[in-house]
Amino acid sequence: MIEITDLHKSYITGNTSLHVLKGIDFSVKEGELVSIMGSSGSGKSTLLNILGMLDEADSGTYTLDNTPIKNLNEKIAAQYRNKFLGFIFQSFNLISYKNAIDNVALPLYYQKVGRKERDEKAMHYLEKVGLADWADHLPNQLSGGQKQRVAIARALASDPKVLLADEPTGALDTKTSYEVMDLIQGINEEGRTILVVTHEPDIAEMTKRIVNLKDGRIIDDRLVNQIKAKAHV
Amino acid sequence: MFNIERWQEIFDTINKNKLRTFLTSLSVASGILILVILLGFSSGIENGVRTQFEQDATNRISVSTRVTTKGYKGLNPGRRLQMTNKDYENLNEKYKEQIEYKTSLYRSWGGQVNYKEKQGSYRIEGVFADQQWIENATLSQGRYISQSDIEESRKVGVIGYQMKEDLFPNTNPIGKTILLNNNINFIVVGVYTDPGGSREESRLFIPITTAQKVFNAGENIDRIAYTVKMSDNFDEAVALSAAMSESIDQDLRTKFSVAPDDRVAIRVDDTLEEAQKIYGLIDTIRAVFWFIGIGTIIAGVVGVGNIMLIVVKERTKEIGIRKALGALPSEIIWMVLQESIFITAIAGFVGLFIGVGILELVGPSIEMDFIKNPTVDFTTSITTVIILVVSGALAGFIPARRAANIKPIEALRDE
Ligand SMILES: Nc1ncnc2c1ncn2[C@@H]1O[C@H](COP(=O)(O)OP(=O)(O)O)[C@@H](O)[C@H]1O
Ligand SMILES: [Mg+2]
Repeated sequence: MIEITDLHKSYITGNTSLHVLKGIDFSVKEGELVSIMGSSGSGKSTLLNILGMLDEADSGTYTLDNTPIKNLNEKIAAQYRNKFLGFIFQSFNLISYKNAIDNVALPLYYQKVGRKERDEKAMHYLEKVGLADWADHLPNQLSGGQKQRVAIARALASDPKVLLADEPTGALDTKTSYEVMDLIQGINEEGRTILVVTHEPDIAEMTKRIVNLKDGRIIDDRLVNQIKAKAHV
Repeated sequence: MFNIERWQEIFDTINKNKLRTFLTSLSVASGILILVILLGFSSGIENGVRTQFEQDATNRISVSTRVTTKGYKGLNPGRRLQMTNKDYENLNEKYKEQIEYKTSLYRSWGGQVNYKEKQGSYRIEGVFADQQWIENATLSQGRYISQSDIEESRKVGVIGYQMKEDLFPNTNPIGKTILLNNNINFIVVGVYTDPGGSREESRLFIPITTAQKVFNAGENIDRIAYTVKMSDNFDEAVALSAAMSESIDQDLRTKFSVAPDDRVAIRVDDTLEEAQKIYGLIDTIRAVFWFIGIGTIIAGVVGVGNIMLIVVKERTKEIGIRKALGALPSEIIWMVLQESIFITAIAGFVGLFIGVGILELVGPSIEMDFIKNPTVDFTTSITTVIILVVSGALAGFIPARRAANIKPIEALRDE
């Protein structure tokens, strides 16, 4: 599903250059649930942003679902994002003046899906995350956990190949974090490929594979015995 | 542009940001309001000036002679110059190619006119049939002086509408006999109205031949008036008319031996040249008003542009989210542009309607000498609407570009 080789990325600020990713080789098969671990500043978000085509690598190759991702212009990147990827952010990033269902429906709007079908699909995913009754609520009327569920529903709405989650539990308390992880595990059980960036070991233990980043390199990549979040809820 | 889904998306946004929309609208609405009122008054001035000016045909040349004020070729000043039928016929012959309508005129300033026990004092003017067109008079009843009236020196007259009101308040004047200066009977054959109003409508027109007889004027005439043939090109017509006036002036100066710089003795007035000046003035006034109005709109557009810039900045995160979810740059541009055009257009329409409404209410009651019934015509309204849409697009353009250039990672970075 995902194939990257020798990926490099530097940030240039003023006249100092910061080499963040120093040759990453990494692949993810369909249906995997992978966590990317590492201390703060180790380049986890940078890697995820490149995978999410929100940012571009300086060198190296990237193939997503057999599609080589290169020479991206904004338009193509937007189309690929819409077609292949679903995003889940630490701070949810819901649109504040849209209610839950309209937030979930937004990726479908950019897929040119008609309003009626959009609403039906959005409602379906809201049900899936257990928030059907909250469809008309604005984000500021929802708790943190609920907001993240809406965001997950939104990420699923366009039926993406891969879900990319950057610290999805970073802004949540432990209990709520585990509930969100339970939801993510459930979605993975249905066959969807998911990448989760986290610096919390307990969250990483709830995925099936942990990739450890340090100073822009993968220092460890191992399969783990997945701990079911349900047991801790 | 017409994409119902996108419109719904925009209505959503506008609907949920009412205060912002309202503030944006206000500047545009007031800009258009001012433009419309200004344009209304510009048309009012135009109406006023035209009415004042178009009392008589605008392509008229009028020739009259008075008393010399300068000595010339051994002749003393103070000579009275008297034109006769012969002068009129000579000019007619010489300029027949250029002349459209022609008349000579003999007038008596105060004529007493009686009908039964009613009476009044009016100007009596002996004229040819063409006078009707030269004077821009409209017949409201009966007929004008005819060629055979002139040939047979008939005692018939065409009275002005004011005379009819004075002398025939409840009677049809046509065919009635009026008494001029207590000794000559005339039969009324027509009633005319004149854009110049009651002063111009207080005249009695009779055949020139009759006038010369009853006032014992022999072959004398007071004035000659022509209208010149108009060509399609106004400037060309003005030039021809001016050349003809100049040439007539020369003819008469030669004939009467008048000093070239004696402007009092011989006067040849060329209305068309005046008309050109006045139309030029009207155009200038209109241009100035448009200029001020457009200026106001530009101020409004800059206002909208600024607000849209703030809006885009405020919505940076939202735009970042939309892009992360797959919005194309072009969709972001359209989103901002369409919102800007929509708000400008709606607000502009509101301003337009209020402006037109005010003019409709107040306009008809404004009737000063040079401002008359200020209104905004359909073309002007349409032009304003087009200006609105274009300015909406202009106002939105820079903010839209800025929005499209927002990088999602930068917008979404958690601080
Ligand atoms: N846009 C940027 N410009 C400059 N430096 C950046 C930028 N984004 C990230 N960095 C730097 O790159 C390093 C890695 O950042 P990041 O990938 O966000 O780390 P992580 O998510 O693992 O905490 C950090 O030192 C960060 O300051
Ligand atoms: Mg990070």
